[in-house]
Amino acid sequence: MLSVAGLRKAYGSVVALDGADLEVATGTLAAVLGPSGCGKTTLLRCVAGFERVHSGTIAVGGRTVANTGTHMPPHRRRVAVVPQEGALFPHLSVAGNVGYGLDRAARRSGRVEEVLALVGLPGYGERMPHQLSGGQQQRVAVARALAPRPPLVLLDEPFSALDAGLRGDLRRDVREALRADGATAVLVTHDQGEALSMADQVAVMHDGQIVQSGPPSTVYREPASPWVARFVGEAVLLPATVDGPDAVTPLGRLPLHGTAGDGAVTVLLRPEQMRVSANGGGTAATVVRHDFHGHDALVQLRLTDGTEVTARILDSTPPLAVGDTVTVAVRGAARAFPML
Amino acid sequence: MAVALIPLIYLGVRTGEAGWSRIVGELFTERVAVLAARSLALVGVVTTACTALGVAGAFLVTRTDLPGRRFFGVLAALPLAVPTYVAGFAWISTVDSFAGFWAGALVLTLCSSPYVFLPVAAALAGADPAQEEVSRSLGRGAWRTFTDVTLRQVRPSIAAGALLVALYVLSDFGAVSILRVDTFTRAIFTAFNVGFDRTGALVLSTVLVVLTVLLIGGELLTRARGARYARVGGAGRPPTRLHLRAARWPAAAALTAVAVLALGVPAASLARWLVEGVSRPGSLGEVATAAGNSLAVSLSGAAFTMLLALPVGLLTARAPGALATLLDRLTYVAHALPGVVIGLSLVFFGINVVYPLYQSVWLLALAYATLFLPLAVGAVAGAAAQSPPSLEEAGRSLGRGPFQVFRTVTLPLTLPGIGAGAALVFLTCMKELPATLLLRPTGMDTLATELWTHTNTASYAAAAPYAALLVVLAAVPTWFLTVRGGL
Repeated sequence: MLSVAGLRKAYGSVVALDGADLEVATGTLAAVLGPSGCGKTTLLRCVAGFERVHSGTIAVGGRTVANTGTHMPPHRRRVAVVPQEGALFPHLSVAGNVGYGLDRAARRSGRVEEVLALVGLPGYGERMPHQLSGGQQQRVAVARALAPRPPLVLLDEPFSALDAGLRGDLRRDVREALRADGATAVLVTHDQGEALSMADQVAVMHDGQIVQSGPPSTVYREPASPWVARFVGEAVLLPATVDGPDAVTPLGRLPLHGTAGDGAVTVLLRPEQMRVSANGGGTAATVVRHDFHGHDALVQLRLTDGTEVTARILDSTPPLAVGDTVTVAVRGAARAFPML
Repeated sequence: MAVALIPLIYLGVRTGEAGWSRIVGELFTERVAVLAARSLALVGVVTTACTALGVAGAFLVTRTDLPGRRFFGVLAALPLAVPTYVAGFAWISTVDSFAGFWAGALVLTLCSSPYVFLPVAAALAGADPAQEEVSRSLGRGAWRTFTDVTLRQVRPSIAAGALLVALYVLSDFGAVSILRVDTFTRAIFTAFNVGFDRTGALVLSTVLVVLTVLLIGGELLTRARGARYARVGGAGRPPTRLHLRAARWPAAAALTAVAVLALGVPAASLARWLVEGVSRPGSLGEVATAAGNSLAVSLSGAAFTMLLALPVGLLTARAPGALATLLDRLTYVAHALPGVVIGLSLVFFGINVVYPLYQSVWLLALAYATLFLPLAVGAVAGAAAQSPPSLEEAGRSLGRGPFQVFRTVTLPLTLPGIGAGAALVFLTCMKELPATLLLRPTGMDTLATELWTHTNTASYAAAAPYAALLVVLAAVPTWFLTVRGGL
């Protein structure tokens, strides 16, 4: 549905997009995930047509909407945007906002009420934007974008201004609304949890390029680089030496996913692969930090050779305290990257 | 933009024609130094007083539990409807030997404080209360919060208002000539009209332009960056009001005293002379004709000004940059030129370039546009800020073309502000005196020129009906402005 290839865009000497590529399939929700300043908002504004691209192409539904020489104006692209702050028209009612992109006939067809119900605000049509809470304003902004059934909906960090409790519900509801309407959507976010939990496809962006794109589980389990590994979750990166199918690490001999050439590498483990016990098998370690999160805890451990690793533990009985001596073993295989 | 430039170009050409030695001879005289010192002192005193009065009044009306604050809000804006020469006439015909520097300063302060009051009151009413709450939570008291946070929030409005007052005083002609304060404008008018000394007048005008440029430059340096767009989203809360407790009645008494000076004295004086004035035979017909003329020229002037202000205002708000700032500032320079200079430059322009327009209402409309473009540009730029770009982008992304987005989003959001600007321009056109005197088609009298003619011959009773009607007509847009400001 959306196809972006080799997109370049610079503001003066600042390069915002440096050959970005992205493919999004019809009916799916893709998340563009990256730290602030990586170019993700510029990518979105280029797709929407608010910015001109320097080179590369953007195609929506097989139609080229932008390349080096052409720039289709935003209103012809049929790409609807949900801005960060909602940007509801303050002078129009909720129904007026939602019906803004519809023609007269469609406005009378009940589509407005339909999308309002879809986002969980049935019967709110007569209200004015200033009478709504922040979360409700975002819901209306999503309904407004969905109403004309655009082939593509772009969401620019739409949940970042909301509190955590509200965000969870709203994410689920928005994803359901997008699914129910069969919309193709691109969500721009810097929140890993949001990207991994909402999207069918996660595209990780770094310095103006998409460095990895794939299903959330693949991006988490098989990151393309140590940088991606660290950005999409907690990562334990250890120096290691490859020896046949295994790697020799400070945590002992660990099996590797796939094969890697002999020699020095960096291996990736996730904290949930660590099995910590009071006196079981494995490498001896000392607890140096304990961060309790309720549903789990992250424990920082120092091995006898001074290497520090992070372990995620679900049930700490007996409770661990800083200074305790434990043993740590590894579940599953490690992933090797060329030495950093 | 050529409109704003015509008088400047004329000024440059005519001054240049005079020759360098003659310019130097006219410029470096004791008289010019005295005039400059007196004009600048008047600007300083009036601007300081207006800023103090306007900010204090705006704070009391919008941020405290002052009794009758809506009423005081309207009262504080109403002096806009009193032209300075009407106020000057009212004072001098009531208080004997009321003339000179301090008399002029008092009248000008009373007449122009709304230029600070209105924008500051609007800014205070719309400022984000969260910033003040944060300041209080960080241990700053009410007064420190006011000076460190609230005043910073509204500083752009204060600066804009103070600049308008300063320019207004620098170019005021009516009050200073009636109250016999020798400033640049009075000296220029005397040189033109009495001495037929065009070169002397032009050199004095040039000094006035230089002073204006310095004023504008100074304001530009202090202008705070950012805060260009209104907040969208989030729950806007009204600001919390300060409880005045025992200070309520003294505060109300102070505002009442200001209102009595600014409105009561002119009203009493006009009422007194009006009783004698309307008993004159045949006066009603003349007044009606003059009123019709005033309405017609002011309406065409306001329409023409808004037409020119729309592109400049939108450019200033949307594409801030060197060009937009330059255009914006150029209109201020034209605004500060005395009406006499604008008027005579357009007489020259009419005779030499567009003869068919000479002696027509359109040349007068052009003069009004030159004079009052800054008011209109400010209003349009402020209105454009009510429609942030993200709203227009949202509209575009929903399949609406640029024109349609302009019609359905930008226009409805900016129209109230543009309407307010048009009302302000209309009101100011109505009050304009010197350019109207010079450019009106022969035989056409407006309320302002009739008033001027009768005041000149000291026939206060004959002048009073025009003055009263002028004040009433001009009060309508003022009322509209105040009500729209939600005070």
